[in-house]
Amino acid sequence: MDSVLALHRFHFAFTVTFHYIFAQLSMGLALLVFVLKSIALKTGDDRYNRAARFWTRFFAISFAVGVVTGVPMEFQFGTNWSRFAKAAGGVIGQTLAMEGVFAFFLESSFLGLLLYGEKRLSPKAHWLTSLLLFAGTWLSGFFIIVTDAWMQHPVAYSVGPNGNALLQSFWGLLLNPWAAWMYLHNMIGTVVTAGFVMASVGAFYLLTRRLEEYGRIYVKVGVAAGGMAAILMAFPTGDGQGKMLARHQPVTLAAMEGLFETRQAAPLVILGQPDTAKNRLDNPATVPGMLSFLSYRRWSAEVKGLDAFPSDLHPDNVPLLYYSYHIMVGLGTMFIAVALVSALQLWRGRLYASRAWLWVLMLMLPFPFIANTAGWMTAELGRQPWLIYGVMRTSAGPSMLVSSGNTLFTLLGFMGMYTLLGILFLFLTFREIEQGPDPLGVPARVHPPQEILL
Amino acid sequence: METLWFCLVAIMIAGYVVLDGFDLGAGIVHFCVGRTESQRRRVLKAIGPVWDGNEVWLIAGGGTLYFAFPGLYSSSFSGFYLPLMIVLWLLILRGVAIEFRNHLDNAIWRPFFDALFMGASALLAVFYGAALGNVIRGVPLDPAGEFFLPLWTDFRVGSQPGILDWYTILVGLLAFATLTQHGALWIALKTEDILEHRARRVASAAWFAVIVLTLIVTGATLRIQPQVLSNLVNHPWGCVFPALALAGLSGVAFFLYHADHFKAFLGSCCYIVGMLTSAAFGVFPYVLPSSANPALGLTITNTATAPYGLKVALFWWIPGMLLVLGYSVFIYRHFAGKVRLEGETY
Repeated sequence: MDSVLALHRFHFAFTVTFHYIFAQLSMGLALLVFVLKSIALKTGDDRYNRAARFWTRFFAISFAVGVVTGVPMEFQFGTNWSRFAKAAGGVIGQTLAMEGVFAFFLESSFLGLLLYGEKRLSPKAHWLTSLLLFAGTWLSGFFIIVTDAWMQHPVAYSVGPNGNALLQSFWGLLLNPWAAWMYLHNMIGTVVTAGFVMASVGAFYLLTRRLEEYGRIYVKVGVAAGGMAAILMAFPTGDGQGKMLARHQPVTLAAMEGLFETRQAAPLVILGQPDTAKNRLDNPATVPGMLSFLSYRRWSAEVKGLDAFPSDLHPDNVPLLYYSYHIMVGLGTMFIAVALVSALQLWRGRLYASRAWLWVLMLMLPFPFIANTAGWMTAELGRQPWLIYGVMRTSAGPSMLVSSGNTLFTLLGFMGMYTLLGILFLFLTFREIEQGPDPLGVPARVHPPQEILL
Repeated sequence: METLWFCLVAIMIAGYVVLDGFDLGAGIVHFCVGRTESQRRRVLKAIGPVWDGNEVWLIAGGGTLYFAFPGLYSSSFSGFYLPLMIVLWLLILRGVAIEFRNHLDNAIWRPFFDALFMGASALLAVFYGAALGNVIRGVPLDPAGEFFLPLWTDFRVGSQPGILDWYTILVGLLAFATLTQHGALWIALKTEDILEHRARRVASAAWFAVIVLTLIVTGATLRIQPQVLSNLVNHPWGCVFPALALAGLSGVAFFLYHADHFKAFLGSCCYIVGMLTSAAFGVFPYVLPSSANPALGLTITNTATAPYGLKVALFWWIPGMLLVLGYSVFIYRHFAGKVRLEGETY
């Protein structure tokens, strides 16, 4: 691969992957804060209000990093991918602009009120700000998914005289069938992250025997939300996406599954290492016929392997795509198992007492982030070698006149800066967890320490 | 239709500069105005609930520019690669400084982020000005409508200019003085006592710098970009834009003298809007003139997307922005009045 292209690709991949660590946490937490506020409003239980305040503070740190790392994304289409930006701007420019107008203003306006307006607003109005913040973050996700879905499955456009894509149908773009499954799958994925983070912090409190009344709330709400979300990830949303892939990107499906040869009753690979030089899978552990069933609902259906497609249509990094997909699915299966065992423990009344199980919950913390990242890698590596699927190759997309020296310079700059941001984020969130929510009986800190925002 | 979107994008950019301008300006004057911890807290509190929303105007403006004029977005963003990346880094550092400063209370943490906040704000003002200077001066576009500019070459306005030459640096300094005045007036408006007093003094000093630099930059602009003068001669009604800037600047002096900081701040807003619209009017119909061959310049027609996209976007853009205005007014009213710190008595 030519080195300028590789640099531009890594530039975008690095900045967007880092950004999405925080974006997923923020979007998921926005929902959970809204849930906590709703329980507090409904039951009048002050513990839930205090828990909501704690998680809003946590959210604010994640949101701040998400915002500052998100701003570059909006610019990088133009800076690093100008030929793509020019070709696709007539279509995806719409959704990116809509994200700014509809989602970002909503988020930025109401986060300040949620964090610092509690004294001045009625409980109901304050609850409403949490709803608006949730709506803002999830709308933002929607417009980004619609943008990506158009790159995965371009619809509602025509090609103009100068070769640029022009929008044909506004509703066709927003209602792209690809976007529907992808949006649900992605957003529920953010709830998995936020739910397991909440449960992990709760387990930490219970294991260290402090703030236990909150530990129980966090474990309960976190496991319930994360667990339900984990199940919805597999079915129907993951399954729906898989069937769409089988129809529209069969070569991607073959690469993800490590299926080198077309065959009937294709097996589902659980483990194994793809060897692209010999076109085979080493050390395979498979479930016979399962892939055929999942893709076409028939055990004997034929599934096309990589051999059915010319090699210039193959995703350009089959092993990485294969591993991303298998890591995502493997972790997703683990989340479902954790959810089911937790439900059993809750039913037996032992969820908060079993230290061994609390250890498991606490240590789950990094895995949803890994699974979500692997999921996005599956989607984007699977789209290769296309930038706009079937329309524009990735190699045709980057800026012509931006040299590899300049790209490397800014890539290194981002890497350094994001390392510092990551350290700052961990430092501040660990501090927030250490301080914890206000214990009952102690006057609540309605004003957080960072009261400047008022 | 392209002209309409040109105006709407200009409004978005002007809105961004007017709104984020005052919190950038607050950053520039952060150290001159706020000498103690509690004074600096009040400076930050004066912009705290709104700065993030102000910055969204940049994102939304950029998005609007992108969908309406994809040719301009892709050409200019890749051509201004390095300065844009530097602007992004400065925006990151500044955002982090504002948001994280008050999390810890100690003698290293807060001064560090204060300095970061000030430095990033000041550099951003200069870079924004230089960017505007580049758009007025024009860039060496190739027949494909692309270009790439290094940060600087020999600092001369020749056929191979850099991002920074004497002209764009001058515009950068003007932007710095303008936002200093703008931010100082906002602080004067939002604070009391010693802070208000110091902010007034800074604003007055900045005013003199602004008027001197405005005259110099205007003279230089007329020499460098002949399109400006010919547009004014051919469409004399366009004089309303520079007139608005002049009226705004006079208003700043008049109301500053009479200690009406709200009206002085509005004067500063008028000045900024007047200057930006003058620039937009001056280069129209170009959106990015060519410094070498005028025929290669990017115009609203050769960079815009198709009519369907432009038309359909009006149906979401107008209600969307009305909504934005609605909750912006709500937020600004909610946090209206002079800022005070918790537990401080006056």
